[in-house]
Amino acid sequence: MDWAGEGYILSVKKHGETSAIIEVFNRERGRHLGLVRGGVSRTKRAVLQVGNFVQLEWRARLSEHLGYFTIEALSFRAAELMDDRLSLAGLNALCAIARETLPERESYALVYDAFEILLANLDDPDIWPALFVQWEAGLLTAMGYGLDLRTCAATGTNDNLTHVSPRSGRAVSRSAAEPYLDKMLALPAFMIGSRYVTAQDVADGLALTGYFLETRVQWGVNKTLPDARAQMIARLKTAGFA
Amino acid sequence: MAGSTVSPEIERLISLLAKLPGLGPRSARRAALALVKKRDGLMRPLALAIADAADKISVCKTCGNVDSQDPCHICTAPGRDPASLCVVQDVGDLWAMERSGAFRGRYHVLGGTLSAIDGIRPEDLNIASLIARSEADSIKEVILAMNATVDGQTTAHYITDHLVNAGVRVSRLAHGVPVGGELDYLDDGTITAAMKSRRPF
Repeated sequence: MDWAGEGYILSVKKHGETSAIIEVFNRERGRHLGLVRGGVSRTKRAVLQVGNFVQLEWRARLSEHLGYFTIEALSFRAAELMDDRLSLAGLNALCAIARETLPERESYALVYDAFEILLANLDDPDIWPALFVQWEAGLLTAMGYGLDLRTCAATGTNDNLTHVSPRSGRAVSRSAAEPYLDKMLALPAFMIGSRYVTAQDVADGLALTGYFLETRVQWGVNKTLPDARAQMIARLKTAGFA
Repeated sequence: MAGSTVSPEIERLISLLAKLPGLGPRSARRAALALVKKRDGLMRPLALAIADAADKISVCKTCGNVDSQDPCHICTAPGRDPASLCVVQDVGDLWAMERSGAFRGRYHVLGGTLSAIDGIRPEDLNIASLIARSEADSIKEVILAMNATVDGQTTAHYITDHLVNAGVRVSRLAHGVPVGGELDYLDDGTITAAMKSRRPF
């Protein structure tokens, strides 16, 4: 069994004295694990950093085996983002969410495409926090827990949508949400087409997608959201971007 | 191991040696044979040195270094600059810094880096004691000598965030072209880091 392709490093874990078990995100194969021989060597260590884009070749005797990766660096995104605390927090959260939520060896091409766009923009804090929210919303959709933000769940209208029902994941108009404001989740305008994003919108968006990722995806497998996501939100808040 | 041909004492020695980093069962066997052949010249002094180290070595409660005294000889050395504190991940990094002789201040060993994958959280590292030390009046500068990895830099940013109110200058080691390094042989990430850290010349 073997395949070749490109992908992003999601995690690296030392295995034994010289090898590493890595998780990569490939467009056709999804999240895929494999062993890299000599993965903790001086030359490979720089390549095996989360967020780096690599050429991959995977081999195993049987498809269900862990298998071995041969890797070659294509882009050192981690080194580009490492100096900036916000970008690094975003990178850690992005890879942690992908690692924790995506099922192994299932293709999520659209999530992958959005992942690439988000990673490419992680150095611009005016853009990436909103992209992150959109990526998480897309991740929910890809996993079958998509939010329905087209019309109000109560009235069927599509104007003045301001909240989302935590029970159904459907949008709710301001008037219909009025009696349940303490239970409803705020719906940021940029998630339904507005081009303007405020820090409060980003905070609302992260709370919205975080709620559904945790309750729909993570709780089902007895997990919570990764700490890296909470650290990213804290950094964004401190910097005034959320 | 062929248990019938080797005595239990040697077998035990080999199995313990095989647990050392860099040694597998085969190299442990060679090391055991070398020790047996040089019983008086190597085996007994090694056994004594190991027993002596096991009895006397402890972790310095101030900085996290390993030494035969607590506080360690670096923390108590009078000639060192008490205003500079260099934060390193492990004792191996402290030894590397000391070998270079480039730093004559005090150290703080974190004991690792934050890692979501390995589940290492701030409370698992010596970060609280670092913040307490940094808030002491004598510390003027904290130098973060962390590895240039995602985990190393995540830890460095975390520490920087928590030293905001300590009233100390926080700096970090430069990333870039190593001495003797040729650009043609450097990876793209190192060149990117070097370009970002360029300075007037």
